[in-house]
Amino acid sequence: MALGQVFVGAALAFLWILFFPRRKRLYFLLACSVIAVFWFQPGLPIRGLDFWFPFATLAITVTTWALTAPPETRLTRANWATGAFVAALVLLLGATRYLPIDPLLTAGRPPPLTWIVIALAAAGLLAFFAPRGRNPALAAGLILAALVAMLVVLKNPTLAMWADVGLRRLTGQPITHASIADLQWLGFSYIAFRLMHTIRDRQSGRLPPVDLAEYVTYVVFFPALVAGPIDRLERFVHDVREPLPPAPDAVRDGGWRVAVGLFKKFVVADGLALMALNATNAPQVRGAVWAWALLYAYALRIYFDFSGYTDIAIGLGRWLGVRLPENFNAPYLQPNLTQFWNRWHMTLTQWFRAYVFNPLTRRLRSGARPMPIATTILVTQVVTMLLIGMWHGVTWNFALWGAWHGLGLFAHNRWSEYARRRDAVPGQSRAIHGLLHALGVLLTFNYVALGWVFFALPSPAYSFGFMLKLVGASR
Amino acid sequence: MKRPTRGIRPPEVRVPRLAAKVVLLFIAANLAFAAWLPSGLGRLSFYNRLFPGRERLPFGESPQLSYNLSLDDLEAMFASHRISSERSRPEEYRILMLGDSSVWGALLHPEETLAARLGELVPSVCGKRTRVYNLGYPTHSLTKDLMILDHALRYMPDLILWPTTLEAFARENQLASPVVVGNPELARDVLVRSGLSSQAALPPTPPSFTARTIIGRRRALADLVRLQLYGVMWAATGIDQAYPETYPAAQSDFQADLSFHGEAAPPLHETRLALEVLDAAVRLAGQVPVLVVNEPILISRGNNSQLRYNFYYPRWAFDQYRGLMQQRALSSKWEYLDLWNLVPADEFTNTAIHLTPLGEWMFAQRMAQAILARSCP
Repeated sequence: MALGQVFVGAALAFLWILFFPRRKRLYFLLACSVIAVFWFQPGLPIRGLDFWFPFATLAITVTTWALTAPPETRLTRANWATGAFVAALVLLLGATRYLPIDPLLTAGRPPPLTWIVIALAAAGLLAFFAPRGRNPALAAGLILAALVAMLVVLKNPTLAMWADVGLRRLTGQPITHASIADLQWLGFSYIAFRLMHTIRDRQSGRLPPVDLAEYVTYVVFFPALVAGPIDRLERFVHDVREPLPPAPDAVRDGGWRVAVGLFKKFVVADGLALMALNATNAPQVRGAVWAWALLYAYALRIYFDFSGYTDIAIGLGRWLGVRLPENFNAPYLQPNLTQFWNRWHMTLTQWFRAYVFNPLTRRLRSGARPMPIATTILVTQVVTMLLIGMWHGVTWNFALWGAWHGLGLFAHNRWSEYARRRDAVPGQSRAIHGLLHALGVLLTFNYVALGWVFFALPSPAYSFGFMLKLVGASR
Repeated sequence: MKRPTRGIRPPEVRVPRLAAKVVLLFIAANLAFAAWLPSGLGRLSFYNRLFPGRERLPFGESPQLSYNLSLDDLEAMFASHRISSERSRPEEYRILMLGDSSVWGALLHPEETLAARLGELVPSVCGKRTRVYNLGYPTHSLTKDLMILDHALRYMPDLILWPTTLEAFARENQLASPVVVGNPELARDVLVRSGLSSQAALPPTPPSFTARTIIGRRRALADLVRLQLYGVMWAATGIDQAYPETYPAAQSDFQADLSFHGEAAPPLHETRLALEVLDAAVRLAGQVPVLVVNEPILISRGNNSQLRYNFYYPRWAFDQYRGLMQQRALSSKWEYLDLWNLVPADEFTNTAIHLTPLGEWMFAQRMAQAILARSCP
């Protein structure tokens, strides 16, 4: 999300609460969010892809809703109206192709309208017939598998390159210019996780019935489109169904968060970015002290960047009457890694806890021969963190980053257990407690910072080379 | 949505009033800044404090690769240079080097520049330890050099070395340098003090009141902050320019074109050259000797090289310029050294004045001889 887009979003939200605070705003949110899916999508060199990616986002969302909605709530007049409304918005965006000006709300010139009409018809038929098959559960499972497959393809450099080459062949464009940067699908990581959450909750019978407008708005809610947080459907819908808070309260709560977020992202994080560790400066840096300085700059930069975006999203959400969940809560001030992960990208870790860690733990601990506790903790922590790592990218370095944290969490768990049993820290004075807390914070921050080496650099060779610099073993 | 009611009720926010206050405060801050316009803002610097000063004045067209950037504020440029932290001592002999990108050291690492090489070749002068400062800046303009000299004299130099070339004398180049454009009040001041205001058109008028507000100065303010942030990378890597793996070699084949700044043929009138700026600089330096050097240029061997020495100069213009410089040096009693053909063509990089490390070494050796040949005061 660029600064201009943030301001336009803020202005829209601000005008809405000033002039229409008491009216039902679902369709306003839906329209803004559908347009934002196209508007925020960056331009791509493959012809038409910067239109078809947002289109696919909406098509998959509508189909997933059809598969997860109870049959008796599906074909209501309101849902038909929503479907028609979304289709009309897409057609309107597509029709901007014929305006004699540069595209305003899409990254490139949209494809011909006939193609869009055909694609809309195909998406509509898919959404209509998918839940009417013999086995809708199987269809939902297929969508789930497809979402995972798409994530893997988009996040693995080799697969993304193959996909890019395939798309270039399809559009008759030269494959010599293929690059993994060609497949930037805006917000897909977050959208896929919201969709997976609803599919899994539907499969377990926990998903509340929601109508199409609520569902699509939840999945592509524009303040949270680019960088989360990953809200839960039932919580989001609860807010949307409530009347808007009074405008002054919304302005006070949301305005402060937006201001803080803008400062964090566009002043602090963008400033730190000039000196943060990256693949270019890692081999250039001279001496261990400066290597640590660059690494700390990276650690702070990634926090301020990400939490700044979250603050902006939360602030805009408050203006619109949606209390998006918190994503960060002073993570670098935590005395151990477990607490760090309870306060860093909280909605992502909660998602993984709900859909990976807990089910896997239950599986390993149940049955005739349950796995020993320590082994279970090791396996579940490492697997969960590996998957969190690979959610960022299916590469060796993200896997190493995940393993680093998984092993760190396991080590902390075992240490806590040992300390608890041995009552290792009895009768501490406040001073000693404070000192131990400070040491814990220092240790945790540095452990996390060292993990960022894998995150910031492109390959294990780069990362281990830089780690040698950190310990002064390499120039 | 129910709101908590216990405790003190939070103050009520009136949106229009809040918006009006924000706008008024913003306007007031801008007006105050424009009225006050802190002239010494550029002197606030982390360089020479948190991290070492730069070896050359900040200049960079690709900041993310070079960890360096071009900015207008001459105060900030000097504050980031190591010269601003090293006070003059009686046991030191301070040499300041003015000039263009060849002195600044395009494509050369800091330790390969002319100033750095001279520091190695001339460790002491007249029994005093030498310190050589690179104050070159990559644009052709004697007026720009004059402004830098004027600023640099506060650092108590013992000798000024000024390698320059014909292009820096062209009148149309005098006020075009970003250093001049970006510091119009400083430029006016030095031109008036040097008695040059009648000869050279004065630089653009000082910025309007609006341009002095925070909004008007936002780019300059952001540049100041960025310069500080890139200081970390300068300290961490020692890199202050982007070094491409390959670059196009200096042009050596030419059209049959004899023109030079609009003149198609001899003679090169003295009035076309800003020779008076050199006179003014020598006067400005006062007791500090100024050694003017006609820096080496590429003598090409390609098509039409019988007509042109290189991209910049047709032979007729450069030959006449050399003659004019010799005469003027004699009449004005400048210390003058003509090294125009010192460096072979193979030792030039991407332009007709940028040298390879070996070329720079050759140039430095000859300059070192000239410095050591000077008699002690």
